[in-house]
Amino acid sequence: MTDPVQPADRTPAAAVPGAGGPSGIDPRGPRVVAGLTAVVLAVALLTGNVWVLAGQAVCFALGSLLGIQRSPYGVLFRRLIRPRLTPPSEFEDPAPPRFAQTVGLIVTGAGLIFAAAGVGPAVEVAAGLALIAAFLNAVFGLCLGCELYLLLARLRSPRAALG
Amino acid sequence: MLRLDVDDFVLRTVVLFAVLLFATAIGLLLRRQAGRAREVTSGDLLEADDLAAPLGERATFVQFSSPTCSPCRSVRQVLSAVVAADPGLGHVEIDATERLDLARRLSILRTPTVLLLDSRGLVIRRISGPITAEQARAAVPEALRSRS
Repeated sequence: MTDPVQPADRTPAAAVPGAGGPSGIDPRGPRVVAGLTAVVLAVALLTGNVWVLAGQAVCFALGSLLGIQRSPYGVLFRRLIRPRLTPPSEFEDPAPPRFAQTVGLIVTGAGLIFAAAGVGPAVEVAAGLALIAAFLNAVFGLCLGCELYLLLARLRSPRAALG
Repeated sequence: MLRLDVDDFVLRTVVLFAVLLFATAIGLLLRRQAGRAREVTSGDLLEADDLAAPLGERATFVQFSSPTCSPCRSVRQVLSAVVAADPGLGHVEIDATERLDLARRLSILRTPTVLLLDSRGLVIRRISGPITAEQARAAVPEALRSRS
């Protein structure tokens, strides 16, 4: 696999040419990525095909490792869609959508593991859960995965922080 | 698993629509709630010591944020602007994941959550989700606004 990232894109600040304002990514990017993700997950749910879910899990893994703007759908957005849009009026921190990609990877990855273990509708359950999150992100701009962060932090440190 | 008969496909289509309907319901519910100030009468008190920052003269917006929260940035900008226009108001932003003690004490489950304190630090309003400048101004009770 060749690296699709241009040297100029390596730092977040350079990913926003001529922005002048705070660095970040075009907030419409994650919405488009979520929309494409929702379509793929809907297909996984309709067909129960484990390979469709596996493909989406790979996309989540790349988004989690490289950042959402360098995930396959993110590259698609930057190359094909963004050049046709007006420049964004504001920029967004890339960390939250990246964390959401990690949550997506955990959900779809768990689905694949359970499917491999022969657990009944593992593909459908994982695709359904991830689809809810992707749909909410695409249609309502609500990042369910990001909302989980605080809850996880609260669960991870039981009462230790009290004092 | 790849076998696809007609009944199976119909069932899967129904499940898909149920999932999308469910997600839409959640989305609409959260959108309706977003930015709405709810009155709080729990008697929770947040003082300058808790916040590690001074309170505003008449009222203070305490914003709970987290590192993975995308609307938090815009809420910060909105509240900064609202506070800049009314010198009696204060704005304190807290990373809820670093202040889990406060998050637990005040039952902060999601970010952004904004609490409005009166001059003594008593929590009087609670707002969660994205917020507009108009909603922020409207959340401040008449008596605590600047007279100008």
